[in-house]
Amino acid sequence: MKRRTFFKYTLPSVVMPALLGGFKMQAFAGNPLLYGLTGATNNGRILVVIQLAGGNDGLNTVIPVVFYSAYKNARPNIAIAEEKILRLNGYDKTGLHPAMSLMQQLFNENQLAIVQAVSYPQPSFSHFRATDIWLTGEESNQDLNTGWMGRYLNRLYPNFPTNYPNSFMPHPLAIQIGSVISPGLQGPAFPMAMAISNPDSFYTMLNEKATATSTSFSQDQIDFIRQVSEKTDAYADVIKAAAKKITTQSGKYAEKGKNPLSDQLKIVSRLIAGGLQTKIYMVSMGGFDTHAKQTDATDTSIGAHAGQLQKLSEAIAAFMDDLKMQQVADRVVGMTFSEFGRRIKSNASGGTDHGIAAPVFVFGQPVQAGIVGSNPLLPDNATVNDNIAMQHDFRAVYATLLKNWLGEKDADMQDILQKDFATLPLIKKV
Amino acid sequence: MDRKHFFSTLFTKPQTPGKVMDATSLKSTLKKYKGRWDTPAVVHFLKHTMFGAQPADIDYFKNKSFKKSVEQILSDAPVPSTAPINNYNDDKITDDQVPLGSTWVNASNFNGMVNYRRRNSYKQWWTGLMINQDKSLTEKMVLFWHNHFSTETNIIDNPVYCYRHNILLRQHALGNFKILVKAISTDLGMLRYLNGYASTKKAPDENYGRELQELFTMGKGPGSHYTEADVKAAARVLTGYTIDAKTLTVSFDAKRHDDSDKQFSSFYNNTLIKGRKGADGAAELDDLLNMIFAQEELSKFICRKLYRFFVFYTIDDTTEEHIIVPLAKIFRKNNYEIKPVLKALFSSQHFFDVAIRGSTIKSPVDICVGLAREYTINLPPALTPADDTLANYSVWEFVRSQAANMQQNIGDPPNVAGWPAYYQEPQYYKLWINSDTLPKRNQFTDRLLSYGFSTKDGRKITIDVVAFAKALPHPEDPDALINDSIQFLYTVDLPEVEKSRIKSSVLLSNLQGDAANHYWTNAWNALMTKPDDAANKKIVVNKLKNLYKYLMNRPEYQVY
Repeated sequence: MKRRTFFKYTLPSVVMPALLGGFKMQAFAGNPLLYGLTGATNNGRILVVIQLAGGNDGLNTVIPVVFYSAYKNARPNIAIAEEKILRLNGYDKTGLHPAMSLMQQLFNENQLAIVQAVSYPQPSFSHFRATDIWLTGEESNQDLNTGWMGRYLNRLYPNFPTNYPNSFMPHPLAIQIGSVISPGLQGPAFPMAMAISNPDSFYTMLNEKATATSTSFSQDQIDFIRQVSEKTDAYADVIKAAAKKITTQSGKYAEKGKNPLSDQLKIVSRLIAGGLQTKIYMVSMGGFDTHAKQTDATDTSIGAHAGQLQKLSEAIAAFMDDLKMQQVADRVVGMTFSEFGRRIKSNASGGTDHGIAAPVFVFGQPVQAGIVGSNPLLPDNATVNDNIAMQHDFRAVYATLLKNWLGEKDADMQDILQKDFATLPLIKKV
Repeated sequence: MDRKHFFSTLFTKPQTPGKVMDATSLKSTLKKYKGRWDTPAVVHFLKHTMFGAQPADIDYFKNKSFKKSVEQILSDAPVPSTAPINNYNDDKITDDQVPLGSTWVNASNFNGMVNYRRRNSYKQWWTGLMINQDKSLTEKMVLFWHNHFSTETNIIDNPVYCYRHNILLRQHALGNFKILVKAISTDLGMLRYLNGYASTKKAPDENYGRELQELFTMGKGPGSHYTEADVKAAARVLTGYTIDAKTLTVSFDAKRHDDSDKQFSSFYNNTLIKGRKGADGAAELDDLLNMIFAQEELSKFICRKLYRFFVFYTIDDTTEEHIIVPLAKIFRKNNYEIKPVLKALFSSQHFFDVAIRGSTIKSPVDICVGLAREYTINLPPALTPADDTLANYSVWEFVRSQAANMQQNIGDPPNVAGWPAYYQEPQYYKLWINSDTLPKRNQFTDRLLSYGFSTKDGRKITIDVVAFAKALPHPEDPDALINDSIQFLYTVDLPEVEKSRIKSSVLLSNLQGDAANHYWTNAWNALMTKPDDAANKKIVVNKLKNLYKYLMNRPEYQVY
């Protein structure tokens, strides 16, 4: 056997054993009746969180048309030409990056809200640190070991994973697509989510045939172990069953492998439509750390950052289309976040360095469309030290989604977010 | 002992060489391996011949020639300088003869509760020897022989017998098989385990006479045709051995020996073992072994067993012809010395065949001892491996009990046939993995990376991920860190696309592309220069924990 042939068949594995930080459900499955006493109810509402890793350049994403000259002056090498900026119905002072026509359409159809200038006091400029702050919901000078979503799920489903799954919550509390569980989903003792390591592994799991023909001695052993691991995972069957109920999805998703976010959201929609009661899904895309050449040298409306925004826009639009097609759009709200925004002034490499505040998108049929907050003020002659000032604490966005969407009470905010943040007008009043 | 025999017959149905997919039928032979002696080759070699591959050992062997490495691994480890100790006195039980911290192997007192604790102490001591093994095949061979000449401490009962039995396996681990079989035949532990000590001419016990042929020397392979009459005749040869439980010695009692002639079947060329009178009766054992060792099948049986333990479980016609038959010839030609056989095997292109790599599912002892060695979890602070301190025993007990929990309790295999994963067709090693044991393996590695385990004496056992990463050549480079970690922990590689996914999602908080590498580099370097920066330390430690957790949760970690 040639070495190359040998490796070709080393398919990515479905990391089912890793789902719960190693504490597989089987080990904890117990009497479901015990659980009934805690009386949690599931209102069927679902939150999808999209992480834009790297620090998205908010100023080239949501553009303050009203301050165009200051904007252009601060970043002449990457500023979007005024006439190319996409207009938003009812908000002529603000526009979107030209690559985001599908999100423009969502906005104009009242399914997208923009929260301006989101950050937190004493912001960190380190990717790792800032990411941890956003995921844990901690203060800048604090060190929390649990995630904001983990704490929420722990309130809703106490004592997890003991006696889970059960008849009240037969499905994963949260599902993340990625190799490791995000710190945002870490509960007091255990991760509250299961991971599907990547889209390939998901389809490998659905397609039992993929593991039937082993072509080398080691692959035969590895396939065997993977099969046992799938069988022993308490959630593998419900996930497969949910996925198999859905045979048709929106045609608007990108071709597989072309848009990683689209691939992930396609799985999320399928699992929601397939009937999983899972409360939170977390997906991510990278590529936002645009220190250099974030636009094409001659046409600033295209290039690396435009490509990322286009993928984001197409993926969310396809996802929304699919949710409608599957008739579950009224139960799903999504949000994007990035660990920080970027500097007002561009650098000489045609990029932008780590900054502070940036916009957050909230999308979905239940969303109160519009722009929350005002256009960031830009100095006439921005220097390398100028940053976009915070208008909204990121935990106010979380608080809004927790209270106005997921139905948590004010009293629970202390537990989940350490204090009760005022909500923002992001969800339609029913 | 009928129960054991009952099981052994269940498990030893006649075996025919297994069928294997044509596409993977191996063409490689015992010709000398001429490939590269690089890290993957050394890791493969060490994971097969030792328990786990430690970075320091990998360096050591890489700096030796391939030839010298094979010689080194086949060098005899010294007989242990330590013996198991009293680590068990507590408020319930006090050993009235052996003080805490002293060895009990020469003690003459014998009672139920102390015995039970000594048996545990014995197993812990043995686990410690495995963890602190020399750069030698010896420990793997001791486990091989333990499985081959399977005995159970809970049946032998007397821990001194068990200890001496273990020492005997060590003395002959890489020695002469014929001498080993003879020593085993008159060993305290084995005489007790298979009732040889109670076998007399009036009532010969067939147990050892049967297993000697069926399990220890001839097997039930296609070339083995000994008969029931041969079992009975062998049992009569073996009558007369007794144990003095006071002096813990074996003696041959001519009065209990059947000194009549013993006729064997045509399989043994109708050999007649003439009855010997008086003390000379003990020499009939030599006659018996000479007769058995005259059969070619014996050499093939042992070589197949070695092959299944060290290489792969499937032996098809090609493997039989190109590997087993030539090895068996070497075995016979060298008068049943073990080393020449293993030297030929470990030096061969077949052993290093890429198709062989990753084809063995780790046994629980491989997992637990291997992990303890690869992550150096065995050493409590300020202790050296040689210290037989109580603290070390508690760590060894932890490793031992984890392996036992995963269905390999050293000292107590399920029966006289050993662990089914080493012999049971068609599953073999796959029998280690089931819906009970696989989650236990994952929980074991996960927990060592999170809050760890506490020993009875309150010692915390965890994996120090920073120390592990630090021992790698370039932990500051995320690509090298992942590559080298995979190379040390696995014997199969992962596709590049998988590695880049792991890098992005585990080490770089989803940042992508090589341009993001410096974020990891900066964080790692900051930890090295400013170890007191708690926020940065937490970031690095968490990412490393996630990396190793992920790698050890993948099926690739379960094989070598």
